[in-house]
Amino acid sequence: MQQNHHEETIPGSMWTLAVGVLVTVISLWVGKNLSWTMPEQASLQAPLVDNLFDILITIGTALFLLTDGAIIYALIKFRHRPGDETDAAPIKGNLPLEIFWTAIPAIIVIFLGIYSTDVFREMGGLEPPGHHMGGSHSEMAQVMTAPDPDNESSKYGVGAAPDKQNVPADLQVKVTGLQFAWLFNYPEAGIMSGELHVPVGKEVKLELVATDVLHAFWVPQFRIKQDVMPGKPSQMRFVATKTGVFPIVCAELCGSYHGGMRSKIYVHTQEEYDAWLEENAIAAKNQDAVETVAVNTQDLSDEEFLAPYSSDLGIDRDTLSEIKSLASAITETAYQ
Amino acid sequence: MTQTKPSQITVAGSVENTHANNGHSHPEKWEWYHYFWYNTDHKVIGIQYIVTAFMFYLIGGLMAMAIRIELFTPDVDFLSPEVYNAFMTNHGTIMIFYWIVPSAIGGFGNFLVPLMVGAKDMAYPNLNAIAFWLNPLAGAFLIGSFFFGGSQTGWTAYPPLSIITANTAQSLWILSIVCVGTSSILGSLNFVITTWKLKVPTMKWTQLPLFCWAILATSLLALVSTPVLAAGLILLLFDINFGTGFFRPEMGGDVVVYQHLFWFYSHPAVYLMILPIFGIMSEVVPVHSRKPIFGYMAIVYSSMAICAVGLIVWVHHMFTSGTPGWMRMFFTITTLLVAVPTGVKIFSWVGTMWGGKIRYTCAMLFAVGLLLMFVVGGIGGVTLGNAPFDLHVHDSYYVVGHFHYVLFGGSVFGIYAGIYHWFPKMTGKMLDERLGRAHFLLTFIGTNLTFFPMHILGLQGMPRRVALYDPQFAELNQLVTYGSMILGLSLFPFLVNVIWSWVAGEDAPDNPWEALTLEWQTTSPPAIENFDEDPIVTHGPYDYGIVKLNRTPAEVSE
Ligand SMILES: [Cu+2]
Ligand SMILES: [Cu+2]
Repeated sequence: MQQNHHEETIPGSMWTLAVGVLVTVISLWVGKNLSWTMPEQASLQAPLVDNLFDILITIGTALFLLTDGAIIYALIKFRHRPGDETDAAPIKGNLPLEIFWTAIPAIIVIFLGIYSTDVFREMGGLEPPGHHMGGSHSEMAQVMTAPDPDNESSKYGVGAAPDKQNVPADLQVKVTGLQFAWLFNYPEAGIMSGELHVPVGKEVKLELVATDVLHAFWVPQFRIKQDVMPGKPSQMRFVATKTGVFPIVCAELCGSYHGGMRSKIYVHTQEEYDAWLEENAIAAKNQDAVETVAVNTQDLSDEEFLAPYSSDLGIDRDTLSEIKSLASAITETAYQ
Repeated sequence: MTQTKPSQITVAGSVENTHANNGHSHPEKWEWYHYFWYNTDHKVIGIQYIVTAFMFYLIGGLMAMAIRIELFTPDVDFLSPEVYNAFMTNHGTIMIFYWIVPSAIGGFGNFLVPLMVGAKDMAYPNLNAIAFWLNPLAGAFLIGSFFFGGSQTGWTAYPPLSIITANTAQSLWILSIVCVGTSSILGSLNFVITTWKLKVPTMKWTQLPLFCWAILATSLLALVSTPVLAAGLILLLFDINFGTGFFRPEMGGDVVVYQHLFWFYSHPAVYLMILPIFGIMSEVVPVHSRKPIFGYMAIVYSSMAICAVGLIVWVHHMFTSGTPGWMRMFFTITTLLVAVPTGVKIFSWVGTMWGGKIRYTCAMLFAVGLLLMFVVGGIGGVTLGNAPFDLHVHDSYYVVGHFHYVLFGGSVFGIYAGIYHWFPKMTGKMLDERLGRAHFLLTFIGTNLTFFPMHILGLQGMPRRVALYDPQFAELNQLVTYGSMILGLSLFPFLVNVIWSWVAGEDAPDNPWEALTLEWQTTSPPAIENFDEDPIVTHGPYDYGIVKLNRTPAEVSE
């Protein structure tokens, strides 16, 4: 690996310097220009994740350029020349070099580990287990499949940011995942909905539980995801930073229709949110809870969504309402 | 290259001292039909493994094609969602348990390890044959499961979905995995004992070829981890069929415990699929670079380090599951650490090429292709190992792109490199290098076109294991489908090459690549008991440039 370097020390080191500068510049540029690969940032966690990604890709690009560059250089420079029947010089190793290329990655990953832990804490990933959020679930009954969701809920998932850990969330929503829909229950307002509505800039805490199989709650614009499990409630806390409509994606295989298990999160201004709340609270008052579920979860967007697949999947209106009323029954047991 | 014979391999040649016909009765050489029945010769078993595995590779590949056709459009229009999930599940199952693991460990391991250590056969030839024949049995279970709808819950088979979906098919699937798992345990035992006990006494441990070290490390890992998978799957089988509730939440069971049992095996399974490939790399790269392996001991130690650390990283598959925050961070750090020994290996191979006289043989092309892409897969792996980033991309197409870079760009390229390298030894025939280059080019382009855009899809929000998806992802998915068609096409030059060469190819010399390891010091294909005499090892396996090869018949001394 060294012979050339010994023969032409000065040009060699100049080349090394030039390669080093070039690799650094390209890697930094790549790291700074990744936003096109990601959806827009719409939560407090999103920029944290993206910054980490930038750093990972910057380091990764440098390693890629150096390693793959060295391979391609070696392929050209050290190719076998026709007629040459001898073997290469028998260099069996180089201890300082081997120590170097063990130590450098080790230092990089230790740095990454520390940085990553820090980002994770900022995101609320390390919120202490068993921490109780104050609030409105005193009346909540026990979920059939989970003896004590209240205690369990903050064990798993994304919790509050470090500076918010003693502050109760501004809004709590109980989320139920079931094949193949999401149900959102606003206990304080008595609203049940098939879509999630939250105010911008407020601390929102979702309490997630599944009734049948595993699902995963993912909002790509928020950069956070948490499995939704039967018998093991989990949580997700976030602050939406942008108004708009974003997809809610189920990310855990949950059956044949898994790809269709999508919903929407509406991030409103406070006024819009209050209006939505009022409108739906009145509707909820006029009917008993079960009917509300049936009405709200059969709203158009789901239907629209199903329409193209109805024939393939055999999911028609009847099946859908069957699913929905089943859902309402389950949810009733869970959250009455 | 009419006759290449390193003079340093001394094969004592006295006629009186022959070991042949010491009580065994077997034919002079194996005929083609011997390969279709129970046979205890490690070379026959090795080829049986590779050919059987390759058949499954074709089946799994066809499933992948069907999946990609379905995903050409956002709607469900080619397969029903149940069939899609069955294909998705069994594509993964077959590629892992029926193609990469059996071909890399069972195939190359069986064929090469006894030859490389100078033994006549594996330590327990009958056990070896039984281990192989468990595979067709397992395959029958798997194919049988399709008569009951096929298992549809992913190769991970997470409960409760796996408890409530296509019960008969899921049970057959479990039986088939338990069969291949048993096969793997029996095979691993054999490899450990063979390397330990049957290595010729003149071979020092520091002269053991790195492929054997890799198989040894792989076997130890399989012995520790496979029983845990079997335990998890059998509990699942009971939950499905016998009314137990280990993983049934409504009976007080815990869905996350299954995931721990599953990944305790299945993360190491990633190393079962890549360590033997690393072993192949360590053989192919020095031979075709005409230079000793760079950092022999570092490669040995890094295999062992990967095994040790690899046993404590499994929760990185569960960063969004029912795992507390501290656990997610702990496993982030252990996962990042695996990058260090893996990097050592990559750098060692680059170091081997550096200053070499690299021959652009097909084996070398695939080895270099592997190196180029494994770097991408490794970097993707490091990003995924970070829990905060994984919260975004977990279970997305980013993951699918990443592990295909590792398993296709890595493992499958390594298997191809191994086939091009050892085909002359296995069959006594040379492969056609031009068809091989066409095969390489198509495969390399196809791989990158198929699997790179998947990373972007995942970042943008496309979940994995879906039959239908948001129309915003349609364009990239079409690109991926085109790439997969190139991959499908790439098989034709390979199949033509292998079949044509095997039947009517040019006869291979004993040592076409002028290699120094023991398998090249016997005939192509090797005689039934490998060596006339126990070979005497007088130099290291990679002493290129130190041991002078005699290149013309006239120079052969003695
Ligand atoms: Cu799902
Ligand atoms: Cu893993």
